[in-house]
Amino acid sequence: MTAPQAAAREGSAAASTRILTGNQAAAYGAYLSQVQVVSAYPITPQTTVIETLAELYRDAPWPSRFVNVESEHSAMAACIGASMAGARAFTATSSQGLALMHELLHWASAQRLPLVMVNVNRALAPGWNIWTDQNDSLSQRDTGWMQLYCESNQEALDTVIQAYRVAEQVQIPIMVVLDAFVLSHTAEAVSLPSPEMVRAFLPPRDPPFRLDVEEPHAFGGLLTPDHYQEVRAKLHRGMEDAIPIWGEAERSWEAFTGRAYDAVVPYRTEDAEMVLVASATVASTARDVIDALRARGKKVGLLRVRLFRPTPHDALRLALRGIPRVAVIDRNISYGHHGIFFQEIKSALYDLPARERPGMFGYVTGLGGRDVTRGVILDAVGRTLSRDRAEPETVWIGRKE
Amino acid sequence: MRTDCPDRPHFRLPNGGEIVSRGHLACPGCGIMPAIRFAMKVLGRRTVIVAPACCYAVVDGPFPYSAAGVPFLHSAFEAAASFASGVRAGLDTTGVADVTVLAWAGDGGTFDIGLQSLSAAAERNENMIYVCYDNEAYMNTGIQRSSATPRGAWTTTTPKGATKTERKKDLGAIMAAHRVPYFATATIAYLEDLTRKFAKARDLGGFRMLHLYAPCPTGWKADARHMVELSRLAVRTRVFPLYEVHDGTRFEVTLDPETAPLRDYLALQGRFAEMGDAGVAAMEDEIRDRWEILQRRAASSGRA
Ligand SMILES: Cc1ncc(C[n+]2csc(CCOP(=O)(O)OP(=O)(O)O)c2C)c(N)n1
Ligand SMILES: [Mg+2]
Repeated sequence: MTAPQAAAREGSAAASTRILTGNQAAAYGAYLSQVQVVSAYPITPQTTVIETLAELYRDAPWPSRFVNVESEHSAMAACIGASMAGARAFTATSSQGLALMHELLHWASAQRLPLVMVNVNRALAPGWNIWTDQNDSLSQRDTGWMQLYCESNQEALDTVIQAYRVAEQVQIPIMVVLDAFVLSHTAEAVSLPSPEMVRAFLPPRDPPFRLDVEEPHAFGGLLTPDHYQEVRAKLHRGMEDAIPIWGEAERSWEAFTGRAYDAVVPYRTEDAEMVLVASATVASTARDVIDALRARGKKVGLLRVRLFRPTPHDALRLALRGIPRVAVIDRNISYGHHGIFFQEIKSALYDLPARERPGMFGYVTGLGGRDVTRGVILDAVGRTLSRDRAEPETVWIGRKE
Repeated sequence: MRTDCPDRPHFRLPNGGEIVSRGHLACPGCGIMPAIRFAMKVLGRRTVIVAPACCYAVVDGPFPYSAAGVPFLHSAFEAAASFASGVRAGLDTTGVADVTVLAWAGDGGTFDIGLQSLSAAAERNENMIYVCYDNEAYMNTGIQRSSATPRGAWTTTTPKGATKTERKKDLGAIMAAHRVPYFATATIAYLEDLTRKFAKARDLGGFRMLHLYAPCPTGWKADARHMVELSRLAVRTRVFPLYEVHDGTRFEVTLDPETAPLRDYLALQGRFAEMGDAGVAAMEDEIRDRWEILQRRAASSGRA
C-alpha cells in the first residue's frame, strides 16, 4: 500500500506520521489544501509531486480537476485561467520547465493570483543535469513571486499549506522550493496534519475579483504609462506586506502543529564571531559543522534563509548586525557577479551603521548537484576566519582545479 | 436594425440584445467586430471571453474600458487555449459549469505560436468554443506574414518583390485530424450561416472551433467599404469555402453560392498588386485543388 493509499484509507484521522519523500510531502500539502485545479507537466525531479496527487485523487477523489497539458507554459496558463475563475490552483515543476514558464510567472503575479507552485531545484542545461542547484528558481527572482526554500520534507508539506494561506491574503503567488533528490526523493518521517486542522488554518479561497458573468470586467488589457507604474507599485507593496502576514501564518501554524520556521532561522549565532548563511539542505550540513566547531570552542553560528522574496530585510539585519564576519554559501551563481544570496544579503546589510556592518564573504559551490560536504563548508569557514577581508573575486569552493 | 434575412425570409438573426458595445477601437471596416458582435448575440451573457495578444485584444479597449459586455481575460499570445482550459476547469470546480468559455484569437495566435496549446486543448476535448478570426497576417504588430497568409500576398516581412511563396496552412484539416466534435468556417457576409454555426457550437459539448474570415482593410490595402463584399467574394471564389466538420470525419459544404472570378477578389486588395498572370493562375490551381479535396471529403462523408 502506498503512503497516499494509506492516508486516504485513514480519511480524516488526527495528525499521523508517515514516511514520505519531499515530493510526496509537498503533494500532501497541496492535497490537504484541497486544491481545485492541478495543472502540471512531467520533469525530473518534480514528476512524483503530480504523480502522488494523481494517486491521492484516484484513491479518494475530492472536488478538483487535473488539466494534463502539453507543456509547463500551458500548465502555468491553465493555473492562471483557473485562478481567475476563482479556483485554488496548483502546479509543480523544475529547471527547464520553470524557465519555460517565465513569461507567465510575470503574468500570474501582475494579475495578483494566489497560485502556489512547488519548484524542485534542478540545474539548467546544456549539459543535461537533473541534480540540484538554485539557478532555476533564482533566475525567476524578479517575476513577483514569493520564494521559500525548504530544508526538510516536513517543511515542504507545511510550507505549501502556509503558502496558500498567505498567497490568498496578499494575492501574490508563491514558489515553494525543494532541493532535487536530497529532499525530493529522500524519505523521512513526516507528520501529517489532520484535514480539520488544515481547514481551520486555511479557509476556502474567497477571491476579491474573478471572472464573473454577473459582474463582468476585463482583466489584463492595455495598461498605458498613465496606470502601469501604480499597478506595479501595488504589487511591490503587497510583497512588503507579505512579510508580517507570513509571520502571522507561522504563529498560527505553530499553534496548530507546534512547528514554525520563520523567514530566517538563526542557530547558535549569539556571541558568534562568524556566521555562515545558507539555504535549503546545505543549511542542515552547515548546522552539523557549526556544532562540531562550537565543540572545539569556535564562536560560529548559522543563519538559514528560508524566505528569499520578499527579502526579510529587518530579520536579516537583526540576525547579522554586529557580527564581524558573515560567510554566505551559494548553490547558484549570477555569472559575472556573485552568488545570489550573497549579493542580496550584502545589500540588505549595507544600511547598518559602519561599526555594525559585517565583513562579507561569499562562496559559490554545489552547482549541478555537486555535494556540499562538511569538508566544503569547513573550507568556507577556514577561509573566512583566516582573512580580515574578503577576497575580491567570487570564491569557488569544492571545485576541481 | 433588420433582423430578417432578405434572401431567406424564414430566417431571423438572433436579437437577444446587443452585448458588445459601441466605442471599441477597431479600424473602420475591420472584420473582427461584426463577427464578435453576432457571435455574442448567439452565445449570450453567460460567456467568458479569453483573448490572446492580437488586434482584438487591443480594440476591445484599454484599461479600464472593455466593449465585450462579458468577463474578458487577456492571455499570453501563445496560450489562449490553455488559459481557456484553466478557466473552464476553474468555473467547473467553483460551481458555474453553465458558463460558455469562448477563446477568440487571431491567425497568428492560432496557426503559429498558439498551435501547440490549441492542439493540446483539442486533444483533451476541452469544453470550449475556440474562434480563430483570420485576417491572414500579424496585423497588430504591423502586417507581418503568418502561416495563414496566402501565397502571393504582400506583407512587411514578404515585401515588394518578395511576396509570400508558401501556401496557407489547412486549418480545417489540422483540426479534423484532432477529431474535434465541431469545426466550421464562417464569414460575416453570410450572417445566417455564421449565426447558425455559432448556435450549433453553443449547443454541442467538448471542443468546438470556428474559423472566421476577417478582412483587414489596413493590412490588405483594401477599402473599408469592401469588407462585406470581400467576405462574400472570398466564398464565391472558393478562396474561403463555407463548410463544417463533425467529429473530424463528416465534412459538409454548408453554402456554395454562384462562383465569381478570382480576379474580382484580388482586384479589391492592394496586397496582391504584384501578382502577375502566372501568380493568379497558380492561385486558381491551388483553390481548385483545395476545393476538390473538400468535395472528396464531403462526398466520402456522405457515404459513411
Ligand atoms: C510571445 C509573444 N511574441 C510576440 C508578441 C507580439 N505580438 C502581439 S500580437 C502579434 C500578432 C498577432 O497576430 P494575429 O494573431 O494574427 O492577430 P491580429 O493582430 O492579426 O489580429 C504579435 C506578433 C507577443 N505579444 N507575445
Ligand atoms: Mg492576424
